[in-house]
Amino acid sequence: MNENAKKHICNYLEKGVRYDGRKLTDFREVVIETGVSGSAEGSARVKIGGTEVIAGVKMAVEKPYPDTPNEGVLMVGVELLPLSSPEFESGPPNIKAIELARVVDRGIRESKSFDNKKLCIVEGEKVWAVMIDICTINDEGGLLDCSGLAAIAAIQDARFPKYEDGVVDYKTKTDKGLPMSKIPIPVTVIKIGNNFIVDPISDEEKVIDARLTVTSIENGSICALQKGGDSALSLDDVKTMVEIGLEKAKELRKHLKVK
Amino acid sequence: MYKKRFDGRDWDETRPIEAKVGIIKRANGSAMFKIGDTIAYASVFGPRELYPRFLQNPERGLLRCNYNMMPFSGSGDRVRPGPNRRSKEISMVTQKALLPVLNLEAYPNAVVDVFIEFPQTDAGSRCAGICAASLALADAGISMKDLVAAVAVGKVDDKIVVDLNYNEEAYDHVEGGVEGAPVADIPLAIVPSTGEISLLQMDGEISKEELFEAIEAGKKSSKKIAEVLRKALKDKFTGDTNE
Amino acid sequence: MSELIVKEKEIVVPGEELANGMDFLPGDGTYREGEVIKANKLGLAVVDGRAIKIVPVSGAYLPKRGDTIIGKVMDITYSGWIINTNCAYKAMLSLKDATSDFIAKGADLTKYYSFGDLVVANIYNVTSQNLIDLTLKGPGLKKLTGGRIINVTATKIPRIIGKSGSMISMIKDATKCQIIVGQNGVIWVDGEPKNEIIAVDTIKKIESNAHKSGLTDEISKHLEEAMKGE
Repeated sequence: MNENAKKHICNYLEKGVRYDGRKLTDFREVVIETGVSGSAEGSARVKIGGTEVIAGVKMAVEKPYPDTPNEGVLMVGVELLPLSSPEFESGPPNIKAIELARVVDRGIRESKSFDNKKLCIVEGEKVWAVMIDICTINDEGGLLDCSGLAAIAAIQDARFPKYEDGVVDYKTKTDKGLPMSKIPIPVTVIKIGNNFIVDPISDEEKVIDARLTVTSIENGSICALQKGGDSALSLDDVKTMVEIGLEKAKELRKHLKVK
Repeated sequence: MYKKRFDGRDWDETRPIEAKVGIIKRANGSAMFKIGDTIAYASVFGPRELYPRFLQNPERGLLRCNYNMMPFSGSGDRVRPGPNRRSKEISMVTQKALLPVLNLEAYPNAVVDVFIEFPQTDAGSRCAGICAASLALADAGISMKDLVAAVAVGKVDDKIVVDLNYNEEAYDHVEGGVEGAPVADIPLAIVPSTGEISLLQMDGEISKEELFEAIEAGKKSSKKIAEVLRKALKDKFTGDTNE
Repeated sequence: MSELIVKEKEIVVPGEELANGMDFLPGDGTYREGEVIKANKLGLAVVDGRAIKIVPVSGAYLPKRGDTIIGKVMDITYSGWIINTNCAYKAMLSLKDATSDFIAKGADLTKYYSFGDLVVANIYNVTSQNLIDLTLKGPGLKKLTGGRIINVTATKIPRIIGKSGSMISMIKDATKCQIIVGQNGVIWVDGEPKNEIIAVDTIKKIESNAHKSGLTDEISKHLEEAMKGE
């Protein structure tokens, strides 16, 4: 890590301002657009400042897992496309992509915001498998929170395809969607020196000491946590970061369409 | 008999086209090319350092192309992420389609990387990808003699058509118990100023005469597509930039 | 017989015809095909006497002898430092070019320049393979401390500097920031945070509007407005 760069950024943060003029806990402009991929069962494009991702939902009928014969499957995948940054290479998902996918996935799954039993068609034989794939388009920092919003927006946009006589007709969409009982929103809070910020730009991501992603639902309950970064956090740090994460999730949730 | 196109177009008419340049700020050059319901994004990074070193060529830069479909972009099932035989082959023919116009001697030992991704497809994706890549390369300031315009032409039933959509590619005609000839699908890429062909593939069934008729139709169409590409590059500078 | 097809300062695309006839000469960014001169880059067509050239509006930096650039120390070998110059080619800063001090064999080179350090250096040689030789001996050449770095398209640097440095001086005076501009598109800014933000913002504004005329006045007004709030 570049100590020079970190010192300079800390100087800004101590004066209450970021490299792009924002306040420490300001998000950049959030823009959410749904229905951006006609071939997906549901899709969304989310821009936070210049960072952009597209999430798409695909549904298929498959055999359930043997230990959950009456439950469907819902899974999140992330691809850090080399198209979106000179720092991403072609190849199988690296640890950054894997962590991103698993954190977004956990937020949705562990909050039980979606009832997988509703995805059952014939117990033990046929269930719906819902795959949410998030692809990065432009990386200017803050991909995790951007992906979290995109996954939710894509799920809200999704409609089941027609399923008749054991055949999925992808060309015909039904009115039936994937209702979520809760909306989990991840917010990544970053510690640089003694300062806490959200929605980092690329320069800031390079000098972080630690980060804590706080995924929460409408009533303020926390449903997933992930600490990252090389430095350790004090309990006070965690308390501060959780507060910020909860507050910001409320703001971000407003950008999602209310059903 | 295929009397009228499914979407009402003329036989030599392409689907509506939209093109925009400079949409991915982290790339040196980028573009979006949409034809009908097929949308291609392309990003160019380079000239940049090339690893592994044994690939470095002291006489000219290397062009690398990567064609990839996003998992939700197929017409039915989810597309498993990652390269497969089809995407690797398309990446290669895309590279060959662009090479003739690029002046890579200006970038010894370096690499120009082109990444092409699709959020949605409806046939003609490799051609849309080549058009998007052309724009992105020009946007990146790469030295090139000309742009490359690509479109798929073919024969559906007895008609020569330009820019087949998915339904036409999948057309299966049986009349009087006799199965018609398989659709001929001919992806084509043309260098507009010389009319030279840099991509030519074909599958299906077509006679020699009809093949050349189809290629002629493709050449005509590619000139119109080249106009759209040029305008997209110039439009980047005539808009109001809010900075 | 010869005719100019393109207009002065018109945006042209690769393959576009610029002029017809042997009276015109193909300059940078153009090529001749038979009687016709065509563009091989996206950029502005500029007519200079009989020569037509293209001023590119984008493109990665290609190293040139004499350029002053800002680079970052990537690696240290026994003979010097390897510097990242934000382009496709590595640059070498050898012991003899780094400092006038005598450096003993086996000395700890990180004492001079360490990993991640930013330096303002001059390119004194570019090989046919585009390998770069840098020197830090010369006026204004040094290691940078503090400040922040922004990257702009290298082709916009002349506009950002302005005629005889007029544009960049205007920004320095208004924001009271130290600014060093590398020909490789790397710019270093150092000052009060709020002023640095205005300087960076202004430079980015010039970058996006480099092809427009009347820019100097627009930037002058922009700086006045922005600094008023300070």
